Order: sequence, then structure tokens, then C-alpha cells
Amino acid sequence: MRFIYDLHQSMITHNVILIYEGDFTQETTKSILTMAERNLESSGEESGIKKRIFNVMVEALQNIVKHSDEVEQQDKSKSHAAIFLIGNEQSRYSIMSGNPVRKENIPTLKTALERINSLDKDGLKELYKEIIKNTTLSEKGGAGLGFVDMARKSGEKLEWDFVDVSDELSFFCLKVNIARIKEAVALA
Amino acid sequence: MEILNIEGAEDTPKIILDRTNGIFEISGRSLPEDSAEFYKPVLEWLKSYSGKSNDSTDFVFKLEYFNTASSKLILDVLSSLESIGGTTIQWYHHEDDEDMQEAGQEFSELVEIPFEFKTY
Repeated sequence: MRFIYDLHQSMITHNVILIYEGDFTQETTKSILTMAERNLESSGEESGIKKRIFNVMVEALQNIVKHSDEVEQQDKSKSHAAIFLIGNEQSRYSIMSGNPVRKENIPTLKTALERINSLDKDGLKELYKEIIKNTTLSEKGGAGLGFVDMARKSGEKLEWDFVDVSDELSFFCLKVNIARIKEAVALA
Repeated sequence: MEILNIEGAEDTPKIILDRTNGIFEISGRSLPEDSAEFYKPVLEWLKSYSGKSNDSTDFVFKLEYFNTASSKLILDVLSSLESIGGTTIQWYHHEDDEDMQEAGQEFSELVEIPFEFKTY
């Protein structure tokens, strides 16, 4: 039973205000959004910051829904379960997610993330316009704009890592920060 | 022409397309699970409207939030409107929502239709 206390302490240490682990669907996405909105409402956070958090949450959650599906078709084991967290530190919020990805998909993801992190505000705007003009929706309904949008709303670099899980799978960890003070975003 | 009337939900916008009364409006939140499927009736409606459109079409977007998959479909809706003469886009944003205003600006740079920006 000790792990319950340990988990509780770990959440406090890492300033985690919301955590969800398991299968992700559109229904869980909606529930998590409602919960987070209530949480932010009661914290009296500024509306611009709240909208950015909401924005990044939707993209992160819908990314998980798509990725989990992909792995599930190939592998019926529990390895497709993902995690979603929100951190609330003094100066910023962090939207964090983790989900398994097949190793053959890592190079594409890395290239996209590295490109996004190499761009400034105007570069991201141009990339957004380039993608929206030229892509068609994927089979999974993605427009390929999720990471770009997250980076634009964050105003900071995306933090990411791939943790080795098995021969076929890695665990893709993503952290998107949103500064609590609007001026800090403008200066970034 | 049939009126297209879709009730809004927590993850889908309210849509009214009414040729007779000259009401064309998409409002609320748009983050459907399958955005292509959701916007399909809108694009089909516009396709048949383009052959018998009113002299002027004031198309209202009053969105509180939309996800990136929806943004692609919003661009498809705007592209359909491009070929309809007399179309003006009324892009509404909440007065303290600069991001939504900027999103409208970006759409206006992607299509050849006049945009009017308004706050609510």
C-alpha cells in the first residue's frame, strides 16, 4: 500500500495537479478537458492562459488517441496504455504526455520535432500555413499540425524524449510549457 | 433548398446554413473525433448552394475554440466559399482572445475572400 503514499508525494514534489493513465478515447479526452477546465476556473487563471492550456491539451490528448490506436492494432497486449499529466509550477504550467510508438515511426517524429524547435515565432507561423495549404487529412484524421500548434501556443521549445521499451516499442514523452505570465510568453 | 441545422455539443460546433433567411453560421467549439466526417455535410451543402447562391452571403464564424484537424476543414469550407460571388466572412472573436483573432487573420491570408473582424 506504500505506493499510494509514494505516488501522492511524487505528484506533490513534481507539482502535478492532474494525472490520467490508461486507454484514451474521445470520451476520456472530453472528461479530462472538463476536469481541467473546472480546476483552472477555480484557480482564477487569466483567460488567455486558460485557452492556451486548453488548446495544447486537446492536441496532446488527440495525439494519444491516434497513436494508441496504431499500436493496438499490431499488439493486443496492454502496452498501448498511455499517460497524461498537467503540472502547475510557480511560473508555468506543463502539459505532459507519454505514449508508446513503434520504433520505425521515431525518425519521422524526431525530424518534425527538431524542425519545429529550430523555428522562431514567424517561422512557426509560416510552417503552419505551409502545412495547412498542402496536406490532406491522414487516415486517422490528423492534419500534421498538432506539434506546430502546441509550439506556437507554448512560445517555448517543446521538450521530448524516447524511452526504450522493447525491440519494437519506445515510450514517447512530451512536455509543453505555458508561462503563467503573459509578458513572459511575449519575451520568449 | 434544405436548411442544414446541426446542434452544438461540447466538442462540435453549432451550424446553421439557411439560404432563404440568409443565415450562414458556424459557432462554438470544434474538436470532433473525426473532423472530415463532421464537416462533410457542410461541404456538400455549400456545393449545392454554389449553383444557386444569394446575391450576397455573409458567412459568420463565431468560434470559441477549434483544434488543428478542424482548422484544415475550416480552410476547406473557406475554399468552397471562394467560388461563391458576394461572399464576406464575418470572423468573430472574444474581445480578449487575440489567438482567435490571429487565426482569422491567417485564414484571410490563405483565401481570396473579404474578412470583417468583429468582437463579441
